[in-house]
Amino acid sequence: MAVAFAIVRMKDLFAVIMLSGIYGLLSASFFVAMDAVDVAFTEASVGAGISTLLMLVAITMTGRTENPSRHKPLLALAVVFVTGSLLIYGTLDMPYFGLATDPVHQHVAPRYINDSMQEVGVPNIVTSVLASYRGFDTFGEVVVIFTAGMGVLALLSVVRKPKDMAEIDLINKSMHEEHLILRIVAKIMIPFILLFALYVQFHGDFGPGGGFQAGVIFAAAIILYSMLFGMSTARKVINQSYIQLFAAIGVLLYGSVGVISLLNGKNFLDYNALSADPVAGQHLGILLVELGVGFTVTSVMVIIFFNFAGRRNDQQNKENNDL
Amino acid sequence: MILGLYNYWIVVVLMMVGFYIVIAHGNLIKKIVGLTIFQTSVFIFYISMAKVDGGTAPILAEGITQYSNPLPHVLILTAIVVGIATTALGLALAVRIKEAYGSIEEEEIQTKDNLDC
Amino acid sequence: MLAHLPILQVIVPLMAAPLCLFLTRSRLVWLFALIASGAAFLISVLLLQQVMASGTIIYELGGWDAPWGIEYRIDQLNALLLLIISAVSTVVLFAAHTSIKEEIPADRHRLFYILYLLSLAGMLGIVATADAFNVFVFLEISSLSAYALIALGKDRRALWASYQYLIMGTIGATFILIGIGLMYQMTGTLNMYDLSQRLPEVDNSRTVFVAFTFVIVGVCLKLALFPLHLWLPNAYAYAPSIVTAFFAATATKVAVYLLIRFTFSIFGLSFSFTALPLQMLFVVLGLLGIFVASFAAIYQTNAKHLFAYSSIAQIGYMIVGFSVSTTTGLMATLLHLFNHALMKSALFLALAAVVYRIGSVQMNQFHGLGRQMPLTMAAIVIGGLSLIGVPLTVGFVSKWYLVLATIENGWWPVTVLILLGSLLAIVYVWRIVEAAYFKPAIVGRENIKEAPMSFLVPIWTLVIANIYFGIDTRLSVQVAQSAAQSLFGVNP
Repeated sequence: MAVAFAIVRMKDLFAVIMLSGIYGLLSASFFVAMDAVDVAFTEASVGAGISTLLMLVAITMTGRTENPSRHKPLLALAVVFVTGSLLIYGTLDMPYFGLATDPVHQHVAPRYINDSMQEVGVPNIVTSVLASYRGFDTFGEVVVIFTAGMGVLALLSVVRKPKDMAEIDLINKSMHEEHLILRIVAKIMIPFILLFALYVQFHGDFGPGGGFQAGVIFAAAIILYSMLFGMSTARKVINQSYIQLFAAIGVLLYGSVGVISLLNGKNFLDYNALSADPVAGQHLGILLVELGVGFTVTSVMVIIFFNFAGRRNDQQNKENNDL
Repeated sequence: MILGLYNYWIVVVLMMVGFYIVIAHGNLIKKIVGLTIFQTSVFIFYISMAKVDGGTAPILAEGITQYSNPLPHVLILTAIVVGIATTALGLALAVRIKEAYGSIEEEEIQTKDNLDC
Repeated sequence: MLAHLPILQVIVPLMAAPLCLFLTRSRLVWLFALIASGAAFLISVLLLQQVMASGTIIYELGGWDAPWGIEYRIDQLNALLLLIISAVSTVVLFAAHTSIKEEIPADRHRLFYILYLLSLAGMLGIVATADAFNVFVFLEISSLSAYALIALGKDRRALWASYQYLIMGTIGATFILIGIGLMYQMTGTLNMYDLSQRLPEVDNSRTVFVAFTFVIVGVCLKLALFPLHLWLPNAYAYAPSIVTAFFAATATKVAVYLLIRFTFSIFGLSFSFTALPLQMLFVVLGLLGIFVASFAAIYQTNAKHLFAYSSIAQIGYMIVGFSVSTTTGLMATLLHLFNHALMKSALFLALAAVVYRIGSVQMNQFHGLGRQMPLTMAAIVIGGLSLIGVPLTVGFVSKWYLVLATIENGWWPVTVLILLGSLLAIVYVWRIVEAAYFKPAIVGRENIKEAPMSFLVPIWTLVIANIYFGIDTRLSVQVAQSAAQSLFGVNP
């Protein structure tokens, strides 16, 4: 809570963003304490990781400090007070925290806990609910990520002239001395990060993990590489138009699994239709679907970062040319 | 009663802090930070709901009989992703606005717009 | 395949969107998007036929029965909305290729179509589903693509309008999420039908009351109900013209649908109108919306702003119909949903044509257009007449039912106010007519031609539909009546 109040008061946006990253990490630890391990994993990587990163890139372009506001925030305080009181009023009839007899634990949840092993065959119940029982919601979520990627492309993409190899070599040499230690360490670490991402992707059935977390970690490795070796090198390694196609392939993979179920006569995203043995079908379905998620999340995170960074490079080039 | 509900009250306070930042502050980036805090607090609320005293993480394992509720976990995973998508778009807009208006303070932007009309 | 229509309705545009990335030529992408939207329209027609003939359709996603899985429930109400959304989308897309040539840079065209299809799929998904959390997910899909589409406008104010819409829209969506969470906490389920069964047991608790409030406020933000309408005028005015034509006819209608669905089907009629003084609240806010917005419309210099404020007023009418809470009142709201979609999409498409030809929508640039762009201006005139509620147009039909509903309820002052609102509409429509027909043409602009066929065909399709449904009201009235009756029947 102290973190939240501090954010209200501070004017230096860099500090504000760091504090919001801390808020994210604190929430993630809270989630662990509440037994929500998958959620904690995702919040730590997404909420504390990517979110902080993007905000920092944004303020390199928009400025670091906030202007002090001149008017008194009375109306805002009033609105907040009314909303808060309403919420607290609402909590007065709530079932108490943590009781096993609460309504939330009665109706829908028991089947997931008791029957998911026979019906889906995967130990991580969150994965079975996410990818199978409520798989359509997850499909929607993948589409949300895809939409954000397309939106950022529409807003920030810059038409770039390809730099030739000689120029890139020059940039590389100049950066080499400055960041020598970082580069060497990164070269050692990046393969391990990628390996860890693959582990998280495929182990999501048995422990915390799955497509989203894996996708973010994979993207983080690529982003690390491009931060240390320069955007131009990174762009040669990761072709921009291919990565957009990759994002589309993820969504289409997820959707196609559903369409195959349709063609086999069952409802959309019914994995029982994918194989003679329903449980094997479930396993296959979850595997493919999580893969689709991983593809799209990786690509979109990389697209978003590249476009933010690319925009900044573009601005800097313009300034250099003007001088 | 307070012991049973204090968890939720703290969450409400956090939500309101985030909400206040969004509506009271004029800097576009700060608003987005406030929005993130607001949303994260809602996630904390959902996850508190899911906890069962004496339960463990909902991963089936030998010897464990009491599990916490997996459904809110699934919902919040989705909501976190939605949140980052919104943040990314909001930040992209803020960057473009800075380029177009030269400022990301709400008051300065309104003044420039009024001059235009 | 027929059994799978409900999911195909959403999947077809949803998967068409990423497929667009594999095509490179902008014309091909446009054709592909048009086909996808047309397919969605055909599916919605089939669905409506099926629902009118045999009742509610239930579809279980993933093969899991609700409430453990997500299900789609199509009844008369959603079928009507699916039809409206997909129809408007297809007609508007027809003109899109020409319109965006002037308003959006060429390298963004492909992204435009992708975002458009995503927005369409998002809206269809909100309407078709029977799972409360699924609503939230698809609401965000349609909202995020909307923010991006609006920001594609040429003027830099489009960026600011989009940002404001993003902030207000996300607050609204988060409120809805809080409401859903509270409902889940008290009942343990997310399925709409299941909620309607379980909420009555707990509905005297304060938590459910708060849940209801948050959901209603969140939905009203998206609806642009006065005083939560502040994001709408700028968003409609500065977005690319074709985007406004699509959203003006669909986005707020989806929010009205959510309002009806949450109050009637989930919380139940008796609870919704006793927990909060909703009748009084909505009648007052609706009427305020009508008057404030209509007055604001009269003083606008930008034609898009004028019609944006007019839209806020029309939503006010819909909310008044809803507040009467009788079958006739709800019928009036649903009819106005349908009619307003027809009217506003035609009007904004015509404005898009004007922008295409003269590059501006300032009213003082309209002088002489009555002669230079006769067909386009005639469409605007008919659309305006429909807004006022002149007989033989579709606007008359919904106003008629609205007045009937208020009279049936004995609310005479409200009836008078509704009629006064129509008078205000006459004033702002006259401003356009006067500018276009009764002022001498601007010098140096003699060679403005009529709008190209790619605009005229969709505009006049909508105008003719406007007149047709104004004269032969059987189809729309039948569907609206059936939907209203079934909604009242479920929760007496």
